[in-house]
Amino acid sequence: MSDDGEFGPLSLHVPEPAVRPGGAPDFSNVELDEAGAIRRPEVDANPEDIRDLAFSIIRVLNRDGEAVGPWAGLLTDDQLIEGLRHMMTLRTFDARMQIAQRQGKTSFYMQHLGEEAVSCAFRKALAPGDMNFPTYRQAGLLIADDYPMVEMMCQIYSNERDPLKGRQLPIMYSSKEHGFFSISGNLATQYIQAVGWAMASAIKHDTKIAAGWIGDGSTAESDFHASLVFASTYKAPIVLNIVNNQWAISTFQGIARGGSGTFAARGLGFGIPALRVDGNDYLAVFAVAKWAIERARRNLGPTLIEYVTYRAGAHSTSDDPSAYRPKTESDAWPLGDPVIRLKNHLIGRSVWSDDRHKQTEAEILDTVVAAQKEAESFGTLHAGGKPSARDMFEGVYEEMPPHLRRQRQQAGV
Amino acid sequence: MPRKTMIEAIRDAMDIMMERDDNVVVFGEDVGFFGGVFRCTQGLQAKYGKTRCFDAPISEAGIVGAAIGMAAYGLKPCIEIQFADYVYPAYDQIVSEAARLRYRSNGDFTCPIVVRMPVGGGIFGGQTHSQSPEALFTHVSGLKVVVPSNPHDAKGLLISAIEDPDPVIFLEPKRLYNGPFDGHYDRPVTPWSKHDLGEVPDGHYTVPLGKAIKRREGSKLTILAYGTMVYVAEAAAEEHGIDAEIIDLRTLLPLDLETIIESVSKTGRCVVVHEATLTSGFGAELAALVQEHCFYKLEAPVARVTGWDTPYPHAQEWDYFPGPLRLGRALVETLEG
Repeated sequence: MSDDGEFGPLSLHVPEPAVRPGGAPDFSNVELDEAGAIRRPEVDANPEDIRDLAFSIIRVLNRDGEAVGPWAGLLTDDQLIEGLRHMMTLRTFDARMQIAQRQGKTSFYMQHLGEEAVSCAFRKALAPGDMNFPTYRQAGLLIADDYPMVEMMCQIYSNERDPLKGRQLPIMYSSKEHGFFSISGNLATQYIQAVGWAMASAIKHDTKIAAGWIGDGSTAESDFHASLVFASTYKAPIVLNIVNNQWAISTFQGIARGGSGTFAARGLGFGIPALRVDGNDYLAVFAVAKWAIERARRNLGPTLIEYVTYRAGAHSTSDDPSAYRPKTESDAWPLGDPVIRLKNHLIGRSVWSDDRHKQTEAEILDTVVAAQKEAESFGTLHAGGKPSARDMFEGVYEEMPPHLRRQRQQAGV
Repeated sequence: MPRKTMIEAIRDAMDIMMERDDNVVVFGEDVGFFGGVFRCTQGLQAKYGKTRCFDAPISEAGIVGAAIGMAAYGLKPCIEIQFADYVYPAYDQIVSEAARLRYRSNGDFTCPIVVRMPVGGGIFGGQTHSQSPEALFTHVSGLKVVVPSNPHDAKGLLISAIEDPDPVIFLEPKRLYNGPFDGHYDRPVTPWSKHDLGEVPDGHYTVPLGKAIKRREGSKLTILAYGTMVYVAEAAAEEHGIDAEIIDLRTLLPLDLETIIESVSKTGRCVVVHEATLTSGFGAELAALVQEHCFYKLEAPVARVTGWDTPYPHAQEWDYFPGPLRLGRALVETLEG
């Protein structure tokens, strides 16, 4: 150790969340703008003129459940009811699969609790042929595109009908047909791939756009920065989504965010328009997504969107959040619950009711349970039909090379 | 037949494929306007426009990651990493993404990309411009790994690689770009214009992936080599008067095991040579395969002659490089063993 020098010894700063288990939840650092307060610029606005949008939160639904301000009015009542059904379906699907994992029917599961609006609303702003490069918490992209739940469950169970032949972890779906790129499971790697896909679409003078997805924690990966460089350099037709759900497993978002005010602000250094939106507000998510998607489609380049939301459940079936944050923290989350907020909005518009909501919940549960029964008839991870060991050797290459043929023979399958 | 350098042959392969298939795109650091630091892409931007051949930011992970996305869209990117020594930031993209995309999506998405990169030493490049990382790629299921040793093969193999439906790591021994090199660094350089393998047919032709070739017939000993070491092997055999058979592997993954087994079964002796470091190098795989398949034909232990297990040094380049003297000693020992 050297002497204290002119300014005394140095010390290392390690950020801490506002509160730990045992403490009272504290979200006083989340600065909320009133619903309707943030302006809606023209889609072709100069990015330099809208830098402030990286530091506010665009919201549509106010405290009374009314849709207010310049980002409101884009969806019909029927569309909103459909959106509510999608979020409720995803929540029920999650609940059933979470239980199935606890029952030993699969090895692993990740639920969306509290984040349903983000992927469900975003999907509805896309057009057929557009491509998402999702992380593991955007299954709403599939649900809202009417991808068959039975297929999803068969993948989760790695059973004989698993479209991915048992090769991939549960919930790492893939569906080109539904604009859902194969989930890797490694973090941030697919953000730059999304940019590449978007560049390809532009190279071919196509009209399709791409959407990249990343979590708050993974923005620390170098792939994230590579993505922003490529997207801004080549003005790729892409929407770069950051889902800030406050927690990366046990690590609070301040560890990845560093000293900057917001994750959206990361885009500003690249000249990429960056918007922050209330991720628990279905109407706001849809409106901002639509704005960014139109921007991409009009060849105006990339947009960065930070969805401010809260992961109300565990990261996965492998962690217990009460070990790293107060148990009641999710109740204190100031942006509420996306399902309840949209439900109250629809009730306020007299197109929905508590009874209808309960009835819909029951219908959805029936549908999900029926799908689950069907999926389980094709097996679960440790029981019933499963992919053959032979499948393990297929698809490594288009054509099986001699060394894999020898190994398959050795394996006797 | 026209003679070309390996640089010209590689450029010719990309030119032909860009002409034939407008899904082929080429990019990398300094690759566009300037044509690459080794000039392999010279003229391609002028000919095909800057959306088919362009400069990339200095971000290897970005270059490979973007290429994977383009391939998922339906393009066939043939990208350049300026030196293999720079590929490590892209390793995750290659190993976890490109190599596994077909498998994990059950063919829903595929990744037909070619990642070209110069490898090997002999140019006083020090530890950051001389490495031979082939074993880091041959250990990865889902990749193909190619190392050409001459202009003719380089063109035919690169066309095969671009046409291949799976990701191909294409390693170009940079010391061979302008002529064969047998390790005699103190002798005048031979250009490809004076070597038969500098003869490169015009137009489209392929050299198949996964097929080795016999560069020299022999009966007493088999040398397994690839890239620059093919010429080192030729020189060592000549200079020591050894009746060696030299196999140029050309593709390391998938490997042409049949040709290896046939040769070693005939000669009963085998020396493996590569420029990369010894421990866990590709030579270990070759030696293991030879003993598995030819054990009862072997009359001597399989020998390995490689770079030392040190970083690639600068001033001591020729002490590191497994040249004809070091290889020659191993050949003699193996013959006497």
